[in-house]
Amino acid sequence: MSSNTDYALAIEGLTVSFDGFKAVNDLSLYVDKDELRVVIGPNGAGKTTLLDLICGKTKSTEGSIKFNNKELSKLSEHQIVHSGVGRKFQTPSIYENLTVYENLEVSYPKGRTVFGALMFERTDEVDKRIKEVAADIFLGDFLEMESALLSHGQKQWLEIGMLLIQDPELLLLDEPVAGMSVKERELTAELLNRICKGRSVLVIEHDMEFVERIAHKVTVLHQGAILAEGNMETVQNNPDVIEVYLGH
Amino acid sequence: MNFVYERFLGGKNGAIGIAILAALIFLVFPLFLDAFRLGMVGKYLTYAFAAISLVLLWGYGGILSLGQGVFFGLGGYCMAMFLKLEASDPISTKIQSTPGIPDFMDWNQLTELPWFWIPFESFSFTLLAVILVPAIFAFIIGFSMFKRRVGGVYFAIITQVIAVILTVLIVGQQGFTGGINGITDLKTLNGWDIREDSAKYILYFINAALLFAVIFISRFILTSKYGRLLLAMRDKEDRVRFSGYDVSNFKIFVFCFSAVISAIGGAMFTLQVGFMSPSFVGIVPSIEMVIFAAVGGRMSLIGVVYGTLLVNFGRTTFSESFPELWLFLMGGLFIAVVMFFPNGLAGIWDKYGKKLTAYFPKKAKPALTQTDPALAAEDAK
Repeated sequence: MSSNTDYALAIEGLTVSFDGFKAVNDLSLYVDKDELRVVIGPNGAGKTTLLDLICGKTKSTEGSIKFNNKELSKLSEHQIVHSGVGRKFQTPSIYENLTVYENLEVSYPKGRTVFGALMFERTDEVDKRIKEVAADIFLGDFLEMESALLSHGQKQWLEIGMLLIQDPELLLLDEPVAGMSVKERELTAELLNRICKGRSVLVIEHDMEFVERIAHKVTVLHQGAILAEGNMETVQNNPDVIEVYLGH
Repeated sequence: MNFVYERFLGGKNGAIGIAILAALIFLVFPLFLDAFRLGMVGKYLTYAFAAISLVLLWGYGGILSLGQGVFFGLGGYCMAMFLKLEASDPISTKIQSTPGIPDFMDWNQLTELPWFWIPFESFSFTLLAVILVPAIFAFIIGFSMFKRRVGGVYFAIITQVIAVILTVLIVGQQGFTGGINGITDLKTLNGWDIREDSAKYILYFINAALLFAVIFISRFILTSKYGRLLLAMRDKEDRVRFSGYDVSNFKIFVFCFSAVISAIGGAMFTLQVGFMSPSFVGIVPSIEMVIFAAVGGRMSLIGVVYGTLLVNFGRTTFSESFPELWLFLMGGLFIAVVMFFPNGLAGIWDKYGKKLTAYFPKKAKPALTQTDPALAAEDAK
């Protein structure tokens, strides 16, 4: 077992193999508290798999994932969430049958057991928190709207809001601005800069302009391993990175 | 008070729907139908329990069970075992080679009561068993399926297989279960003759009252956060899981609850009809229950009661005149509903009934159902 660190998220020697193909290969990654890290890389580099491993959707073959020095790789998905990890999926994953308000309410971190959910009450506190988060994600005026009717970008925000309402210490965001308009991208960049305070955020993104605007540090993945790491400028000028990713 | 109104009745629309159904079941049927026809309605209403269980499980939870007959049967058999023991006292069975045991056991050369029959001499144990046996059975199935994330069509097939297995088991173990004939010749409940007309009336009303109790409790569940989570799980199971919920527990609960509801229906069936047999356990009754729910509208607790009544009245009417055509008709009805009215009678009411009532603006607008969010979304598009 790996030793404890001062990092919020410490991934060491992480490997996952699908029938011999190593989608993530002996990867080590450290993220600080208050840090917004962006992971970039060509298709098939293992970015989404990395997030799947952290949140428990995929089980690792080897290595350790420690969050606040707590080993996550052996926990089940909901226990990982209870440890303070929130995951946003690549395609907006919201409950289209429910209103924006209900989407946030269902994500509210109380009443998580069967009987808790049966007895859950919409108290003033819950109501206030839902409205607060809705305002944060620019959906304050859409609370009663059927979420299926939201635009693609608004759905992305709603899913981020569903994570924020749980106040996670680690946010994993898979392509949060995919399908967004220029204006929506600006708002999202502002949102991410705002919400990364007090927690760690790990973002997968392809849009380099957007990455530049939000990233504290960038990690480049290639074939399941880290190719380069550092601030935006260093990474952009790294010849290996230009070769495999940025060059074309 | 407001809490009861909103959560148990489902607000104004729900309350009106319940009031209309209650008037129909408690007043119209008993006043205008003779004892024989009323007995039939009572029997149909026991199927409505199973249909309601499918609203929670299938309509909201998205978990299609093709084995609700199993739980209906378990409830029915528990009740039948008690009644059979009461009917098999040593005096009325004195011509048997072993008096005091049910007749079919005697015919199968059993000389003493099997151990698992003994507790059913107690009425309180029987009432508990009607609830607990199906609940425990559903828990075992649910636990082993949902913890392994078996779902969708695989779950449907497995429940169907369980229905077959249980039927084969009941038919095969004649000495313990009465075999293909089931448990028949049930006479009294704690000395009260359940075959008399007055008893049939009383049982009809008990059945109806239980049905409404089940509707109220189901409404309470569906209007809670749990109800919204059911919809959420149906839509995006992974999102629910990664929002910190142990999805399998939620599924196990709804499966157990739906099993208990069906079992209550089964127990009331035995009491009203006076026997229980494997023909209410297997694939055919289980699928019929799904058809009742589909025709009534699988998102509507009230709609499925109408669906059950309608399909069964149809069966009785048509099978009296064209017995061989009925199965084709029912199959056709099911296909038609799935293709043209995916939200069943309740959906038709939501779409056209409300327009109709708009012509009578002064009358209250009754709504059979809570609006199905999916339907509302369709309309809005």
